Amino acid sequence: MSRHTHAKRIEGLDKNVWVAFTALAADPSVVNLGQGFPDIPPPSYVKEALAKAASVDRMNQYTRGFGHPSLVKALSQVYGKVYGRQIDPLKEILVTVGGYGSLFSAIQALVEEGDEVIIIEPFFDCYVPMVRMAGGKPVLIPLRLVSMKSGKKTITSADWFLDPDELAGKFNSKTKAIIINTPNNPIGKVFTKDELQMIADLCIKHDTLCFSDEVYEWLVYRGHQHVKIATLPGMWDRTVTIGSAGKTFSVTGWKLGWSIGPEHLMKHLQTVMQNSLYTCPTPLQEAVAQGLLLNYELMDQPECYFTSLADELEGKRDRLAAIVEEAGMTPVIPEGGYFMLDLSHMDEDEAYDYKFVKWMIKEKKLAAIPVTAFVGEESTKDFEKYIRLCFIKQDGTLDAARSILKSWTKDMQMG
Amino acid sequence: VNELKWNKPSDCFILTDTSRNIIALSDSPHTHRVEFTQLAADYKAVNLGQGFPDFSPPQFVQEAFCKAISGGPQMHQYTRAFGHPPLVKSLAKFFSRIVGQDIDPLEDILVTVGAYQALFCAFQGLIDEGDEVIIIEPFFDCYQPMVVMAGGKAVYVPLRPVKGSAILSSGDWVLSADELASKITPRTKAIVINTPNNPLGKVYKTEELQMIADLCIKHNLLCFSDEVYEWLTYDGAKHIKIASLPGMWERTVTVGSAGKTFSATGWKVGWAIGSGNIIKYMKTIHQNSVYHCATAAQEAVAHGFEREYQLFGTPESYFQQLPAMLHHKRKKLALCLESVGLQPIMPEGGYFMVTDISSVKVDLNDPNTKDELYDFRFVKWLVKEKGLATIPVSAFYSPEHSKEFDKYIRFCFVKEDSTLDAAEAILRKWSQKE
Repeated sequence: MSRHTHAKRIEGLDKNVWVAFTALAADPSVVNLGQGFPDIPPPSYVKEALAKAASVDRMNQYTRGFGHPSLVKALSQVYGKVYGRQIDPLKEILVTVGGYGSLFSAIQALVEEGDEVIIIEPFFDCYVPMVRMAGGKPVLIPLRLVSMKSGKKTITSADWFLDPDELAGKFNSKTKAIIINTPNNPIGKVFTKDELQMIADLCIKHDTLCFSDEVYEWLVYRGHQHVKIATLPGMWDRTVTIGSAGKTFSVTGWKLGWSIGPEHLMKHLQTVMQNSLYTCPTPLQEAVAQGLLLNYELMDQPECYFTSLADELEGKRDRLAAIVEEAGMTPVIPEGGYFMLDLSHMDEDEAYDYKFVKWMIKEKKLAAIPVTAFVGEESTKDFEKYIRLCFIKQDGTLDAARSILKSWTKDMQMG
Repeated sequence: VNELKWNKPSDCFILTDTSRNIIALSDSPHTHRVEFTQLAADYKAVNLGQGFPDFSPPQFVQEAFCKAISGGPQMHQYTRAFGHPPLVKSLAKFFSRIVGQDIDPLEDILVTVGAYQALFCAFQGLIDEGDEVIIIEPFFDCYQPMVVMAGGKAVYVPLRPVKGSAILSSGDWVLSADELASKITPRTKAIVINTPNNPLGKVYKTEELQMIADLCIKHNLLCFSDEVYEWLTYDGAKHIKIASLPGMWERTVTVGSAGKTFSATGWKVGWAIGSGNIIKYMKTIHQNSVYHCATAAQEAVAHGFEREYQLFGTPESYFQQLPAMLHHKRKKLALCLESVGLQPIMPEGGYFMVTDISSVKVDLNDPNTKDELYDFRFVKWLVKEKGLATIPVSAFYSPEHSKEFDKYIRFCFVKEDSTLDAAEAILRKWSQKE
């Protein structure tokens, strides 16, 4: 059996935080604020659009490999408006299996053996294994919590910054790309225009590519604005921007996403697509196209799902923040996205976040995700006191979490 | 209009249409693209090139899909990454009976985005820089670029028509045991087989698979067995799974497709089944590339397999009804082709019929195509002059063997009768003119 060895490219890439924690949280008695998917229903019109598409014969057969024509056209319309530029639906867009598939296509297409790729911690955990699988070298740089101004009580994701000198020091002649994620998972940081400009300046100076993971682009809360780095001067030609139908329409189980960028980069992503899975499911793409067109008409109006979902989630964000504060924990209020971090001041157990979360699931029936899953080894000690909670959940789920936390703190007070 | 795309997997350009059928190979991407796009637009050809049904999936899977769509919210959210539990359970139950192996739903199965992605995971997970992979020609075009992308080297061995007999059936195309054995080196890691075969339709017999199995065991090779057309066999031909032969379960990855099984190619649900020791490496690729597959479609396919498990071997089984329906279409197309002097090779299985065009005397005097292989020129002529689209078979061969096999073209007969009738009208008109 010794010759049935795996290919070297997967060496050390088999472990995965989700495989471990999804199994633990699958127990139905556990209140799951762990994995990032909604337990609220998607808008009915997308489900209806899917049912309608599935009833058309042709929609059950192969469609165009790089993206179903009606979908790439709809994407071109919606994003043409957002970017303020004409986007070619056939040459500048690729539809993929989720935002995940876009990350894979971009990294496989453009990162080679020996290339360095800068990744900002905390990062969505797949970035590092994907870069390594492509033969690249991840170079990590952490967001750092800047010490609080006096009088300011709440910590928000806006209090986490990249040190400009530290970042500049990570760029060198081997740097092929930097991966950014805004709004950020897990912290919820929404990078400001100035912060993105700082990154852009470095990309232009060092002729580096930028992979911008913007799957939570519509989930930005009051007072904040999502800025696309690709719209900054000099950046369109070197940026691949990633979006997700799953996050946009609360249908993570549809696994559709897209990459948008200049033809000279996108053609390489298309080649990867062509040699990996070739085409995405047709009826799902048709349904997403319908959903996009409907919301395109409503853009900038409150009825637009891109706006209404953010409003709904802001309420849940604030609700969860109050719940965890009540329990004596310190939330990091996110400016965008699905997630909230908690600074655990619990004296009871000073365990590392993995041990803490496992214990919490087992003993308290509440699931979260340890934040060190999103950082490299060297940054572990800076992030081990944080756990990630997902709040795109029904109010009933959030209430159940509240009950658990309330009785928990009661136990501590009595103990 | 067929949208045509060029890609460059290694040293030549391959032009493909929307369903990935190869239209042309070229060392330059530009000369043919404009021409083919123009051809498709201008000549509105009856298309027997594309490899997918133009009829709908069976009602019971469509209903299952609708039911899943209107099911609870969990139908629209992430499911288990390596395969939706109801699907892997129904696949394990269904195929355990056929393979004669107790298949573990969680360890021995990986659900993928079509069989295509299962193949991708196999090559990426198991083929390393410098590994040699034997590919039997004619081959489904993606095998070669996938080997190349994994850093491997493709080694080809062709099926050859048995000498001396009238070539009437795909069963007359055989693999030489000596020729195959001669291709194995210490660097050989795996062999890829496809049964029923695309494009030829060959359904490998037990003795043929045993010959391949013996070599796999002797040289400790892996076997990737692409069996997407497993239910489509005709005239009593039996599909045999190489994984069911002694000593093969532990070294074989068997790839299947809901798209071909349930005539729903657009759902892109496929799977790899094999020993957990091998599947685990494919899972690592999967979790670092797409991670999950769409939930609702998997739920629908699970229901499809539950139904087929209950009805297996009975006349109500779709796995009986589909080949019966296609059997009639296959015969219809063969008669049309014979009526114009073309010599079809009756496929024992699959979606396609390959036809020998060497006896057809046509004046292919297009100066633009004079440097191309004969079948490419013929296919272009057929689209332009007769309004009938097909695929040149030399496109399914390696550059080193393509010139030997340039007198064949491929037709897809998995089409509505009206499409086949339209093709028949074209062919009849043609034969009347001569």
